[in-house]
Amino acid sequence: MPPRTRPASKATLNAGAPTSGASVAPLDLAGLLTDPRTRIVVCCGAGGVGKTTTAAALGLWAAEHGRKAVVLTIDPARRLAQSLGLTELDNTPRPVAGVGTVAGTGAGAADGSGGSLDAMMLDMKRTFDEVVEQHATPDKAAQILANPFYQAVSSSFAGTQEYMAMEKLGQLRTEAGRDGRWDLIIVDTPPSRSALDFLDAPKRLGSFLDGRFIRLLSAPAKAGGRAGFKVFSVGVNVVTNTLSKVLGGQLLQDVQTFVAALDTMFGGFRERADQTYALLKAPETAFVVVAAPERDALREASFFAGRLDEEGMPLAGLVVNRIQRVAAPSLTASRALAAAEQLADADDSSTTAATTEGLLRLHASLAETADRQERLTARFTAGHPGIPVVEVPASAQDIHDLDGLREVAAALTRAG
Amino acid sequence: MPETAPDLSAVRLHVVTGKGGTGKTTVAAALALALTRQGKRVLLAEVEGRQGISQTFDVPPLGHTETRILTDRGGGQLWAISVDAKESLREYLQKFYKVGKAMSVLDRFGAVDFATTIAPGVRDVLLIGKVYEAAGRRTGKGPAAPAYDAVVLDAPPTGRVVRFLNVNAEVADVAKVGPIRSQADSITRMLRSHTTAVHVVTLLEEMPVQETVDALAELRRTDLPLGAIVVNQLRDPLLTDQAFKAVRSRQTTRLTRAVAADLATVGVRVSNGMVAGLLADAGHHADRIALEREQDAILAEQGRLTIRLPLLAEGTEAGGITVLAQALAEQGMV
Repeated sequence: MPPRTRPASKATLNAGAPTSGASVAPLDLAGLLTDPRTRIVVCCGAGGVGKTTTAAALGLWAAEHGRKAVVLTIDPARRLAQSLGLTELDNTPRPVAGVGTVAGTGAGAADGSGGSLDAMMLDMKRTFDEVVEQHATPDKAAQILANPFYQAVSSSFAGTQEYMAMEKLGQLRTEAGRDGRWDLIIVDTPPSRSALDFLDAPKRLGSFLDGRFIRLLSAPAKAGGRAGFKVFSVGVNVVTNTLSKVLGGQLLQDVQTFVAALDTMFGGFRERADQTYALLKAPETAFVVVAAPERDALREASFFAGRLDEEGMPLAGLVVNRIQRVAAPSLTASRALAAAEQLADADDSSTTAATTEGLLRLHASLAETADRQERLTARFTAGHPGIPVVEVPASAQDIHDLDGLREVAAALTRAG
Repeated sequence: MPETAPDLSAVRLHVVTGKGGTGKTTVAAALALALTRQGKRVLLAEVEGRQGISQTFDVPPLGHTETRILTDRGGGQLWAISVDAKESLREYLQKFYKVGKAMSVLDRFGAVDFATTIAPGVRDVLLIGKVYEAAGRRTGKGPAAPAYDAVVLDAPPTGRVVRFLNVNAEVADVAKVGPIRSQADSITRMLRSHTTAVHVVTLLEEMPVQETVDALAELRRTDLPLGAIVVNQLRDPLLTDQAFKAVRSRQTTRLTRAVAADLATVGVRVSNGMVAGLLADAGHHADRIALEREQDAILAEQGRLTIRLPLLAEGTEAGGITVLAQALAEQGMV
């Protein structure tokens, strides 16, 4: 291990700022959230890093600083959901009780007037149904909604949740633009296989829906098929025969009926997927990548940051949750351990020696954790220079009420 | 508690799940290593393309080909695979219909994408189907010679695992009869037998414990055989009960003076606020421990074999996996 050249965690004295490297700018979330040009904030990252909590905390802070915010959550923990008044999954944004304005600070009180917070939990199937109802004639819609294949796709296809989260975002944005009910939408992203899934799923479903395969499937359902397919007839036979063998005839027929019924709305699907994609690239949108100070979560964050750059999507910065802080930073881990050993070896120890030894060992362990997290985070920032970072200290308690969220929000916005 | 000690010795397929961030990949890797150390031939499989296994063992990225990543002195072998849905489909088509060559045509028409990413349930049937195939594979040296003594599956997280394992229900919506359905039926028979165990990894925190309790209930409802609860990343109790009580009481004036005196005897220069800092951190730690004890009690109510793994200060690098594998063996998981 390299010799420590600085105290275990100077960051304690400077919470909210990154721990290393003068070149790393602090992520100014307060500035981002109070900037009226910011209309959409997307929180993304690996599972289990505190994405939903971060989204909820940002929404609460924004509301208490004058924004009319709505938080779209995907799969919140039960008690967090309860704290937001989300007792049912009904796909409707509802006001969160207990949201106030910032007391005490003159500026906050002035800014805070007129803020509000709504929250909602995504109902993926309901959202899909709404899309169908909106884009198809009532007859067609009823036909689609009753199709067994549709019912399975709309409730269990792995990408549906991602697609519908984006669809819902589009809807909320349209509603916000129309009646001004919200001026800030904060989105939590689905607990995907990979954090990148939600970027890809809409495109995947979109390209499937107007792709060759769909046309092939829909062809037999129409009298005589399409002339353009004649040249592929051998291939078509191979495909339909194989599908029928593997999937079974009934499933294939359901799929074909579904596809035929959907035919009229392909354009609509595609268009919406494109619109949402464009929305994600717009300057009014900001991505906040959330991570924990662990190897895997930071690696995922790193992939994500790279991908957002590739797509030209606006990355505001990185939030690193659950950072270990030490309250006695002047005592290094190694010094604390050495002192603990000495105390343990001493012949004429005091009655409190065991306690002191425990305190020293605990301190050493916390300081080592803080050091390791600092190294991991530094590795991220070295790989992504110029991406602002904010760190949120680990809380001794789990977060499940508005006060807990306010504390998280305070740490998130400290850099501003 | 009748459920406490499941007979894990008969288990050939270990399914490891857990909430995101609890370290299920690490635990799956440690379990596979522990089995390998017993001289077994073990396959460790991941199904989400995350390359968690290759990163944990520091080997080149894995593909759909079973690759040996470790040979133990005792003769055990650890093989690994990152199961790919497309490749599974190709194998499946070849094996059952001798139409593997049709793949390129299917691919060109987007049918492969359809089957592996969009058709509900089919992707999961393909992924778990590959694991099923490997677990049941024979070497050809007689019927009693399985290709692997054990298969460890790094499964999807708790939120999705029951849907993933409950392939029957998943395809039942779309395929009432037909080949996909019969494949799903055979997989389900194996998954529900005593040769399978589903282990749930958790931390002693509220959300992961809640998800664990929910997942166990869901697994029971779907007749999937429960294995152990693995409590990961446990910290050593660094405070004595006396110290624990002292810092929890928050009446620390006398203690502050005594600790400062103790520190002075071992030559620590006690700076302003240092002792207060130590006690503040200890107070937070004690709060956390109290919370962990509550969560521990909730897990105990589940009446399952509970394995406890230490927090690795250096992460899984530097031999950490070996430490965990030993702990699993010592606590009777293998």
